[in-house]
Amino acid sequence: MVHIKRIQEDGADIISVIGEIDASSSIELDLAIARSVGEGFRKILVDCSALEYISSAGLGVFMSYIEELREKNIPMVIYGMKEKVANTFQILGLADLLHITETREEAKSLANELSV
Amino acid sequence: MNYQYNIGCSLSNLKGIREFVRNSLKGEGVSEVDLSAIVLALDEMCSNLMIHAHHCNPDHLLELHIDVPARGKIIFEIVDDGSVFDINQFHEPEIDNLVHQKRKGGLGIRLVKAIMDNVEYLRRNDRNVCRLTKDIKL
Repeated sequence: MVHIKRIQEDGADIISVIGEIDASSSIELDLAIARSVGEGFRKILVDCSALEYISSAGLGVFMSYIEELREKNIPMVIYGMKEKVANTFQILGLADLLHITETREEAKSLANELSV
Repeated sequence: MNYQYNIGCSLSNLKGIREFVRNSLKGEGVSEVDLSAIVLALDEMCSNLMIHAHHCNPDHLLELHIDVPARGKIIFEIVDDGSVFDINQFHEPEIDNLVHQKRKGGLGIRLVKAIMDNVEYLRRNDRNVCRLTKDIKL
């Protein structure tokens, strides 16, 4: 079960992912990012501080947006991951393909740098 | 120790699989990092089977067995009927290609192979058995 909240702060859309993302719930994350892009946000932050679990279905959603966001010049920064969640990204070596920071402040400043 | 769990092929049952694996291995001296990886690998294998071999038909059952024959060695078996989805026959795509093609799949198999020490398929009593072996540093 995953619960997703979106709030807007300083021109960025912040998507908070709460709970667990697996093959049954990854569509929720996909829809949230699609809405954010569709609504025209120029910066997307994904708050993973309350994310307890992610499987490849969720990782695949992040991966599937890399190219589109790059083309549209929309930075997406993922932040606040717990160690057990970060570990899943590391096993696959995805940490280098995505923008990941520890805190929200770091995420904001990285998104600002990337959108220049 | 030997544990068994029967699950219908619905993706909503994946959470139950994760809890079963975690609870079964609680007293086996497995570190949290290893345990989380093992739970992930079983989630990936079962969701792959549910999707590709059973088309998420909740009336189709998977039997998940966990056997700990000796400390430091864990054997998982997923037993089912029907078509075989053999991940050893499947060449996982390169990560760069996945990004380029905007594909969402193909990562699960990579995770299972990275986490487990051995993945093999056998037939027993006319049923498919997928056996995953994990050696744990205690």
